[in-house]
Amino acid sequence: MNRLDKLFSKKTKDILNIYFTAGHPGLNDTGRIILALEKAGADLIELGMPYSDPLADGPAIQQSGQQALKNGMTLPLLFEQVEAVRKKSEIPLVLMGYFNQVMQYGEQRFFDRCVEVGIDGLILPDLPLYEYEQHFRPMVEKAGLGISFLITPQTPEERIRKVDELSRGFVYMVASSSITGAKGHITDKQLAYFDRVNRMKLDNPRLIGFGISSHETFATACRYANGAIIGSAFIRALAEAEDVEEATVDFVRSIRGVNVSASGAIKK
Amino acid sequence: MIAIDERGYYGEFGGAFIPEMLYANIEELRRLYVKVMEEPAFQSEFRQLLRDYVGRPSPLYLAERLSEHYNAAIYLKREDLNHTGAHKINNTVGQILLAKRLGKTRIIAETGAGQHGVATATVCALMGIECIVYMGAVDIKRQAPNVSRMRMLGAEVRPATSGSQTLKDATNEAIRDWINNPEDTHYIIGSVVGPHPYPDMVARFQSVISEEMRWQLKEHTGRENPDAIIACVGGGSNAAGAYYHYLNEEDVRLIAVEAAGHGIHSGESAATSVLGTKGIIHGSRTLLMQTEDGQIIEPYSLSAGLDYPGIGPLHAHLIASGRAEAVSITDDEALASAYFLSRKEGIIPALETAHAFAALDKVSFQADDVVVICLSGRGDKDLDTYIRHFGRFM
Ligand SMILES: Cc1ncc(COP(=O)(O)O)c(C=O)c1O
Repeated sequence: MNRLDKLFSKKTKDILNIYFTAGHPGLNDTGRIILALEKAGADLIELGMPYSDPLADGPAIQQSGQQALKNGMTLPLLFEQVEAVRKKSEIPLVLMGYFNQVMQYGEQRFFDRCVEVGIDGLILPDLPLYEYEQHFRPMVEKAGLGISFLITPQTPEERIRKVDELSRGFVYMVASSSITGAKGHITDKQLAYFDRVNRMKLDNPRLIGFGISSHETFATACRYANGAIIGSAFIRALAEAEDVEEATVDFVRSIRGVNVSASGAIKK
Repeated sequence: MIAIDERGYYGEFGGAFIPEMLYANIEELRRLYVKVMEEPAFQSEFRQLLRDYVGRPSPLYLAERLSEHYNAAIYLKREDLNHTGAHKINNTVGQILLAKRLGKTRIIAETGAGQHGVATATVCALMGIECIVYMGAVDIKRQAPNVSRMRMLGAEVRPATSGSQTLKDATNEAIRDWINNPEDTHYIIGSVVGPHPYPDMVARFQSVISEEMRWQLKEHTGRENPDAIIACVGGGSNAAGAYYHYLNEEDVRLIAVEAAGHGIHSGESAATSVLGTKGIIHGSRTLLMQTEDGQIIEPYSLSAGLDYPGIGPLHAHLIASGRAEAVSITDDEALASAYFLSRKEGIIPALETAHAFAALDKVSFQADDVVVICLSGRGDKDLDTYIRHFGRFM
């Protein structure tokens, strides 16, 4: 059983998935942040492969990617970093990136390397269901990798079923029609959408992402799904951090709603 | 046979590699574009606007002094005489009518040289629809007159400040805007790029260029087919329009002219057919300039409209299959040909278009070949650039 399945078989509520970009803020922070997230109690990590033209991402993730690339991040290096940290960590790791990167690496080679270094799942937001089903599904399933497709408030029911059928691990529920990085609270319209999907009783667990940035929004999302994904808010915290490990622990605690010791930034 | 398939592929190029957030919009377009475009009411409104508002048909002009110089019969398809000064308006008239039928109330666009931005701002003014144009911060500086024109027409010009701050980045920002505003907004893409059905839709709207060429050539020469068609390629919309009705006429040479900037291998170039490899840009699987790691390389051309690291999937297919020949032209070659054309024929071309003319020095023809050059736009917007180089070329 891969680590993703293991997680979801043990835990079905309040799953915290944290996104960050590999190689940001420092080139060699990837492993340290993974270990700190695990220690602080994140359940799952979505590791971003920095990309020059991330179409679905807002300024925070764009800038983190630019910084990582400037730092010298590459896909082969990312795999090496993951391989190294895997010796010390068992937290499920999902790679997120744009399909062109996979295409250039070579699809089969990419999936093989993911398995080799201990990646558990994939999120490739611009890989359409159709292309996946036509060309890549057997490769991914044979490799035993998870893969999460996205649904949005505009996705019709029939297509949500298709996403559920093709996804392995969890379904990624995009909270609102937006790029990443929105702040603020969750509207009634979004709640109605969460509720609608909740009642569809999908086979896969669901994690809600986009615009989840605080303890409050995380808690709300968790009421309607198995957990939630936080990206930009964490990236912003990292970008300002003096000590990335400390900032990571503080951030996870603030989301979980636990007192924060070190920086004292958040008190419950 | 050159044709697009059900999924938007020309051979192995095309498709729709888009995030799910855009699926509903793209799927709506995919289902409806041909149906809407073929409706008689749509066609008559489109045709009437092209005639009365744009000023079509655009003339096909036999450039005698140029013909004499190059020893071939050179015809210029005068898209520069269209309202707003380039071919771009053929597409924006079509897409605004489509957007209205889809019930959209807000228009976004990207622009490089500003010609597509102006053409979009123009049709939005005409229809009374809100218009936001994304333009790279670098392009805002180098195509200042067009920025003012867009503002005068009531559009909001938003600078794209990421990456190389040119056309690629403006397109990224427009796509992000569309993701944020999926319900009320239509994205008028300015070239034969982007996810299916855009490349085919834009090519169809631009196909009026070759539709007219056929009967105009027949009038001039007694036959519909020229021996060669030359067009510059940024994304490739004027080229697609000029080739469209000749794609499967094997006796017609199709010559695609790209920008080589400071030289193809100078590291400052936009010659995608030479430097590009298969990859995905703006939702399309095509040829693009990228690193081994799949990061998109910032292109360079003095010409904002050709400063793009990809080409439309149709052109990738035409070039990869050998149907079209690609020619690369440097900044200096394009500038020289702009001065040359101005003096020879009294026509100041857009800097993009000047690349197409420079190709005349690179390809050889038979003595009485009939050659059509798509004169995609006029040079008013580039006057500052031309003036800066007066000393070197005049
Ligand atoms: C006059 C002119 N020609 C050509 C182009 C290049 O676009 P395309 O390759 O889509 O025709 C532009 C783009 O801005 C332009 O303004």
